[in-house]
Amino acid sequence: MKRFRRHGQESQRDRLKQELFQFNKTVEHGFPHQPSALGYSPSLQLLAIGTRSGAIKLYGAPGVEFMGLHDENAAVTQVHFLPCQVELVTLLDDNSLHMWTLRAHKGLSELLEIGRFTLTGPPGAPPSVTRVTAVLAHSSGELLLLGTEGGHVFVVEVPGFRELEERNISLDQVASSVPDDYIGRRNLEHVEALQENPVNPNQVVIGYGRGLMVIWDLERQCAVQHIPATQQLESVWWTEDGGYILSSHSDGSYCQWMVSGEDEDEEKSDIPYGHFPCKAISKIVQLPTEEGPPFLLFSGGMPRASYGDRHCITVIHSKTHVALDFTSRIIDFFTIRDGPQHTGDPSALVVLVEEELVVIDLQTEGWPVIQTPYLVPLHSSAITCSHHVSAIPLKLWERVIAAGELQNTHYSKKPWPITGGQNLAPDPPQRDLLLTGHEDGTVRFWDASGVCLYPMYKLSTAGVFHTDADPNDNMNQGTEGEWPPFRKVGCFDPYSDDPRLGVQKIHLCKYSGYLTIAGTAGQILVLELNDEAAEQTVEAKVVDLLQGQEGFRWKGHTRLDVREEPVLFPPGFQPFALVQCQPPAVVTALTLHSEWKLVAFGTSHGFGLYDYQQKNNVLIKCTLNPTDQLAMEGPLSRVKSIKKSLRQSFRRIRRSRVSLRKHHVHNAAKLQEANARLEAELAEMELAPVQRKIEARSSDDSFTGLVRTIYFADTFLSDSSHSTPSLWAGTNGGCVFAYMLRLPPVEHRAEEPVTAQPAKEIQLMHRAPVVGIVVLDGHGAPLPEPLEVAHDLARSPDMQGSHHLLVISEEQFKVFTLPKVSAKMKLKLTAVDGSRVRRVGVAWFGSNRSEDYGESGLVVLTNQGDVHVVSLPTVKMQVHYPCVRREDVSGIASCVFTKHGQGFYLISPSEFERFSLSTRCVVEPRCLVEVPLHPGSSNKHRPQPDGASSAHRNARQGSEDAEVLQEIQKSLEGDQTSFLENNVKSAVA
Amino acid sequence: MNKNHRVPSNRSLSAVEVKSKFGAEFRRFSLDRSKPGRFDEFYGLLQHVHRIPNVELLVGYADVHGDLLPINNDDNYHKAISTASPLLRLFLQRKEEADYTFGTNSLTRKKNTVLSAVLLRPDPNRKKPPVIISLPRDFRPVSSIIDVDILPETHRRVRLYKHGQEKPLGFYIRDGSSVRVTPQGLEKVPGIFISRMVPGGLAESTGLLAVNDEVLEVNGIEVAGKSLDQVTDMMIANSHNLIITVKPANQRNNVVRSGGGGGGAASGSSGRSSDSGASYYGYSSHGGVGAPASMPSHIIQNFPVGELESDEDDEDLVIEAGGEAEPIRRASSNYSMPSLLRYEPNAISTTPLEEDGTVITL
Repeated sequence: MKRFRRHGQESQRDRLKQELFQFNKTVEHGFPHQPSALGYSPSLQLLAIGTRSGAIKLYGAPGVEFMGLHDENAAVTQVHFLPCQVELVTLLDDNSLHMWTLRAHKGLSELLEIGRFTLTGPPGAPPSVTRVTAVLAHSSGELLLLGTEGGHVFVVEVPGFRELEERNISLDQVASSVPDDYIGRRNLEHVEALQENPVNPNQVVIGYGRGLMVIWDLERQCAVQHIPATQQLESVWWTEDGGYILSSHSDGSYCQWMVSGEDEDEEKSDIPYGHFPCKAISKIVQLPTEEGPPFLLFSGGMPRASYGDRHCITVIHSKTHVALDFTSRIIDFFTIRDGPQHTGDPSALVVLVEEELVVIDLQTEGWPVIQTPYLVPLHSSAITCSHHVSAIPLKLWERVIAAGELQNTHYSKKPWPITGGQNLAPDPPQRDLLLTGHEDGTVRFWDASGVCLYPMYKLSTAGVFHTDADPNDNMNQGTEGEWPPFRKVGCFDPYSDDPRLGVQKIHLCKYSGYLTIAGTAGQILVLELNDEAAEQTVEAKVVDLLQGQEGFRWKGHTRLDVREEPVLFPPGFQPFALVQCQPPAVVTALTLHSEWKLVAFGTSHGFGLYDYQQKNNVLIKCTLNPTDQLAMEGPLSRVKSIKKSLRQSFRRIRRSRVSLRKHHVHNAAKLQEANARLEAELAEMELAPVQRKIEARSSDDSFTGLVRTIYFADTFLSDSSHSTPSLWAGTNGGCVFAYMLRLPPVEHRAEEPVTAQPAKEIQLMHRAPVVGIVVLDGHGAPLPEPLEVAHDLARSPDMQGSHHLLVISEEQFKVFTLPKVSAKMKLKLTAVDGSRVRRVGVAWFGSNRSEDYGESGLVVLTNQGDVHVVSLPTVKMQVHYPCVRREDVSGIASCVFTKHGQGFYLISPSEFERFSLSTRCVVEPRCLVEVPLHPGSSNKHRPQPDGASSAHRNARQGSEDAEVLQEIQKSLEGDQTSFLENNVKSAVA
Repeated sequence: MNKNHRVPSNRSLSAVEVKSKFGAEFRRFSLDRSKPGRFDEFYGLLQHVHRIPNVELLVGYADVHGDLLPINNDDNYHKAISTASPLLRLFLQRKEEADYTFGTNSLTRKKNTVLSAVLLRPDPNRKKPPVIISLPRDFRPVSSIIDVDILPETHRRVRLYKHGQEKPLGFYIRDGSSVRVTPQGLEKVPGIFISRMVPGGLAESTGLLAVNDEVLEVNGIEVAGKSLDQVTDMMIANSHNLIITVKPANQRNNVVRSGGGGGGAASGSSGRSSDSGASYYGYSSHGGVGAPASMPSHIIQNFPVGELESDEDDEDLVIEAGGEAEPIRRASSNYSMPSLLRYEPNAISTTPLEEDGTVITL
């Protein structure tokens, strides 16, 4: 690089590039893929989620989030916050423990890994001895108790991970004191659960897999009490007053035991959904309320035969008994409690299931769900497309919010209960909308302005069509008297009624509020925002894109069946016009011009222009190549042919094997020969390397007629003195069509027809698919969006200088002059580095040094996963960064760019990664989590010890008698040894 | 490089003995070596002695190496006369039924010799490499070997012209591994190889590429570190003017450059070429007179130089409303990525291009 610095101009340009561009992956929106562990710190008010891929994510108040990734690519199986500290411990699948901390740096907190540890057993011991199955973060904040598969409990000092061998509780120590009549005494199995006595930190209960529980005194190093449960143990809960222990078991039962210091029988046992065999209760929690009966919560325990496939958490309080029925597997749950010490009544139940986080308000009648401000499952129905609109006018924003609020009436009014940390990020400079289209025909509107991708409004297009689904089918409440008393919760619903409803393209005009949505079955809806509910009939217009093309056979799906009767549409976006393409192929390109009131769309067969004011077609153009068999036959033939060829090759092998047996059994020599041949054939099949054919593209290639992009522009199409409205379409075969549009004067817009005349066709000789068309004005800036100038939000385009046409193909960027089309300059991409353009957008980059300097550029994502910025109008490569893994095809396909140099792509079905190429526009979490006041300080209001919660262990919550406890703790902290006796006494008493 | 070898001997006889064959007939006559005259006069003389005044002829002669070379202008006529020792053997054909192919060793080679296998063979004891040399006006470049002078001898840079013909490029590539010599010793590195030739395809018919040749560069860009798909896309993007540098699997046919004294074996198409376009003119320098590889002005070419150098997509076709299709002319400057220096024909951007009947279906 230094070589080039010699030239003043280049170094100046380099400096400018640094001021304009920088690449950052800023934040992940949505719900973590494959969560595997949950933790919660009441003192920090932070929630932690570990995933199967080794990520750890912390969430507090909206906007407060942290992410860390373990170097090991192993699943996080447990997450435990150290009580009253900013440290947390994770246990991975590979049996390693990791210490993380939130460290403040320049006023912002960062999540850092500060230590790792793997338990080492005595030499020669089998690995099971040190395989960690249970973790207890002791309330002293200094000890970690690790129960293992071998049945031992190891004690480790934290945060340094120093093994305190002398304090370990070996299986032999425990087994020696087990009552002789205990049936499982020969093999206690692994440590299933570890719980601390909420009123006496010196006592822990060790639950063994076989069922036995032992209350162990940490100071005296001896067993205090044995609880001889005989069912396989699932979890243990020590009630807050320290008086009872609850155990849940694999047969669906739970038992309550009195803590008395003497070995005695269970006090109470129940199988809540009994009679018939039940599944295990994997976790049980009992929480007292200030007045009245306690809350009992447990997961699982459903009757095996009839409801064994349900994912349920049962909540019992007084006479209310509800089985919350989730749509995906329960990972873990915890409760949030009222009060400054978080020791009051349970206020919310937080449940992590495999596909979403559900928070239930336990203090409002009916236990409604609290809407989550983050961690929202983007994929409640699979995302099929996305569309970003920057800088939404306040008016539209408010109307969308209002429409969304009307949809959220079933949510709790309570504020979000997880409030840890401070969000220090500045308010977003503008309001941005991200629209996601889904497989079930819905479009979801997300507030994408800041760190939290917040759901604003959900629009369903299914109501326009007849579908097989019964509208009352979903979410219907259980009938009276049903047992168990199920209640469906959660919004994850991956089942689509009809795949044809899938949304493929979206275009929203932010100034007029007109929205167009196109789908899988060639349907194009035009919608407008209406603040009132309205009942109306949506008129369908069928457009024959084949235009008499012969020899066509459509083997794909049929058109959607439109409801002919008026449909009641709720306030929000309401459809008023519908175009249905024939053949009903998926819509591949869509645009809307709200000033001209036109919608243009394209499929693999052609494109059309629709006047949504007069509700008629202006133009239909067939782009189908008659020799293109694949496009002619529809989407199924290709899949079939692959399957067929596979099947054939397998049949061939089988046949040759069969024939071997049939004919050559008596001829050893021949058999051998045939065997050798077969082997060679198989070897060839296995070893045959992947080959790629090198062939120039021809006009006969498949899907050359597929319309990839469609664009409106007011530019100079025929002569250089008069600009006219125009429509541009680019195909997969490298062809660009331009039509001149004639619009009647505004006063006659409703009567006189709009006309379109073919003006130009450009066949790019390299025949690569055209993925973008942009017209640049006299200054070389991209033409503004419709109505942008009218709303004073953009400089009006320069109509004096000559315009240029920029055609972006998968292989190169090419600028042509207008109105006479001649090539002016180009930038080759594929020919040079073998990458191809997958996604492209126009963005404006502001300098971070001078407020008023900025440049337009093309933002490009290639099939190699790199993002490039290409300057306009000179089409020169500016910067490029690796962004997405090249193997991540769906991530690359899902990418959308914003108008200000940011972008989103799916890193999993449920998560968007947000990135920024701009120095000025960066949306990233900036937050601070303060260390809870140190236990040793003079603060009297030291919070209750934190309990990290995971599948089988839960937080110990403070006792009702908080003061007693505080005293105990204070004394503990003050001088552990001298107050020891005192502690024990008060705890037992 | 091979001047001494080819300079006419000084033991000049005043007369050159000529034996001319047309069909089954022979004519013998003599010419004055010092005053050979012009080609036109010579051509008239031949028509006269064979009594075929109105027959269009192709004139060829056997040179010292036994190659059949054409006589169609003053230069090669003089060359033929000056190198004849003592006999100048001429072969005449009717132009319309010509079946001799000009080229080195073309008189003696067996018909079924695989061109690629013997091309550029340095060993003089073996059969001499035949290279087909057509008449200049029939030249239609299909492929060429370029940059021989700057490449290592083990590599070969081949240019394929998809240009305006229906023949498929016709080859496949695959992943593989090759052994490289590194400071740490031998090392296996991934590479891209030609895996298959389509019979009758352009790649096969040139004979310059073969199965298992390792692809090192595509249009000047190294493929090392690139995936098979990337290389595929690069080749397809450059398919109209594809230049691939290969390390042939068969290393026995490599060119040996200079110094060896065996330059006599160097034939037209293996001659020096310092620019990618020069090798088509190799013919004119073939005589070994040591002339630089410049194009004699009177050689008829049916392709303009610019066309060879041009980019495929400068032929983008625009149909204006109601008008005829016309190829897009380059307007002014041509921007390209900085790394693409050698093959971006910025210098010739002003050359008007000819459209050669590109097939457009709009």
